[in-house]
Amino acid sequence: MEYSFDFALVVETFPILMRGFLVTLQLWLPSLAIGLAAGFLLALARLARSRLLRGGSLVYIELFRDTPVLIQLIWFYYAFPILIGVQLSPFAAALLALALNTSAYGAEIFRGGIQSIARGQWEGAKALGMRHADVLRRIILPQVFKLMLPAFTNRAVEVAKMSSLASVLSVHELMYQGRLLSSTYYRPFEILTTVAVVYFVLIYPATFLSMTLERRMAGKG
Amino acid sequence: MQAEPLSMPESTLPPPILQVSGLHKWFGSLHVLRGIDFSVAAGERVAIIGGSGSGKSTFLRCLNFMEMPTAGRIALDGTPLGRAAAGRPDEVRYPEGELCQVRERVGMVFQQFNLFPHMTVLENAMEGLVTVKRMKKAEARERALRELDKVGLGGKTDVYPGRLSGGQQQRVAIARALAMEPEILLFDEPTSSLDPELVGEVLRVIRQLAEEGRTMLLVTHELGFAYHFATKVIFLADGVFHEVGTPDEVLKHPRQERTRAFLERFTEFSF
Ligand SMILES: Nc1ncnc2c1ncn2[C@@H]1O[C@H](COP(=O)(O)OP(=O)(O)O)[C@@H](O)[C@H]1O
Ligand SMILES: [Mg+2]
Repeated sequence: MEYSFDFALVVETFPILMRGFLVTLQLWLPSLAIGLAAGFLLALARLARSRLLRGGSLVYIELFRDTPVLIQLIWFYYAFPILIGVQLSPFAAALLALALNTSAYGAEIFRGGIQSIARGQWEGAKALGMRHADVLRRIILPQVFKLMLPAFTNRAVEVAKMSSLASVLSVHELMYQGRLLSSTYYRPFEILTTVAVVYFVLIYPATFLSMTLERRMAGKG
Repeated sequence: MQAEPLSMPESTLPPPILQVSGLHKWFGSLHVLRGIDFSVAAGERVAIIGGSGSGKSTFLRCLNFMEMPTAGRIALDGTPLGRAAAGRPDEVRYPEGELCQVRERVGMVFQQFNLFPHMTVLENAMEGLVTVKRMKKAEARERALRELDKVGLGGKTDVYPGRLSGGQQQRVAIARALAMEPEILLFDEPTSSLDPELVGEVLRVIRQLAEEGRTMLLVTHELGFAYHFATKVIFLADGVFHEVGTPDEVLKHPRQERTRAFLERFTEFSF
C-alpha cells in the first residue's frame, strides 16, 4: 500500500492544533494543582479522628474512583446544573470534573504515603515536643513526597490523557481540534499522528523530570 | 562510725521533678501497668529491669505521654498534668500544648533510634531547637554541634543517618535529645538493637551523662552497667514495682523470690 504522508497539511493545521494544546494546558495544570491540594486535605480527613470526616471522605473518594471519568465530565455539564441551577461552561465543567477526580486519587496517594511512614518517625518527632502539625510538615510529608513522587507523576500523566475526554463536551482542547480537523480534511492519519506526538511532547518532560528528581533524592537517603 | 539516721530528713531531699501516682495502663483488655507510684528527683538515675513484656517500655512511655495513662496522674514540678473531667477523676484530657511542654522537658531515646532519614546528622540535632524552641538557625547550629561533639560525632555532621552504624545513629539520637536541654532523659533499651561490638560506645556516652549528674531513667538488660550507673533500681513484674532499692539491694541482695529468679537468668552478668 502506497500512502503518501501529507506533511503540508500537518504544517497548515499545526497552528490550530497549538491553540488546542494551549487549552489542554489550561485544563491540565490547574486541575492537577487543585486536585492534589484538595487531595491532601481529603487525605487528612481520611486519617482524622472524627468518624464523620473519615466516612464522608471515604464516600467521596470511592464515588470518584469507581465511576468512569467520562460520566463524571458529562455529569458536571448536564446534571450538576439541574441540582444547583447554575450552568457551567464546558471548560469549567471539564476542569471541575478533572480536579475532583484528581483529588480522589491524590487523597489515596497521600494517605498511603502518610501511613507508610513508620510509627517511629512520629514518635521520634513527638518526643522532641513537636506538635502534630509540625511533625506532618517537617518530618512526615517530606518523606511522603519523596516516596510518592512516582505516584504523583503517574497521576499527572493520567490527568493529561484524561483531559482529552473534554472533547466530548466540545471544549476546544487538543483532541477536539484533532477530531475536527480529521473530519474536515479526511486525513485522520496525519492529523491524529500529529496530535499523538504533541501529547507525547507534553507528557514526556513530566516523566523525565520526575525520574531526575527521584534519582537526585535517592542519592541523599 | 556515727549513729547517723539512715535517710536524710524529708526537708533536705530535693523536691521531685516528676511524680506519678496510681498509674494504670490498659491495652484493650490487657492490664499492663497495675497501680504504680513513683517519683524522680534531680540527679537521680533509675534503672528499670524486668522480663520481656512486663511493661517497662509502657511505663517509660507514659512518663512523656507517648502512651496515655488509662488511670492515675503525673505531675511535673508538683503540678498535675491534664485536666480531669468533672466528676470523673479517671477521665483526664491532655491538651496538645501541655504534652509538648512535658516532652520538651522529658527527653527520650528509643531502641530503634528513630532518626529522621531525610535530614543530615546536624539537621537531626537542630530540628527540635528550630521547630519547637523557635531558635535562630545559627544559634541552633552551634548548640547542635556542641552536643554532637560531645557524643563524638562532630566529624559526621553532614552525613545522612542511613550511612552511619547503629552505634553512631544512637549517639546522634542522644545528641538530638540533649540539644533540647531536657531535665530528665528516658532511655528505652538504647543498646538492645545494636551489634555487641557497638554497645560500648553508647554506654560510654550514657556514663558520661551520669558523671555530669543528669537525671535519667534507663530500661536495660545490661545489668552490669545498671549496677554502676544507677542510684536506684526497679524490678518491674506483673505491672507493679516488685522490688525497689539501691543497685546493691536489688541486684546483689534481692529480697523477693521473683527478683532472684529473674536475676539467675543472667548467668554471665558480673559487677
Ligand atoms: N500499643 C500497644 N497495643 C497493645 N498492646 C501493647 C502495646 N504496647 C505494648 N503492648 C503490650 O503490653 C505489654 C507490655 O509491653 P512493653 O511495655 O513493651 O513491655 P517491655 O518493654 O517490658 O518488654 C506486652 O504484652 C505488649 O504486647
Ligand atoms: Mg520494651
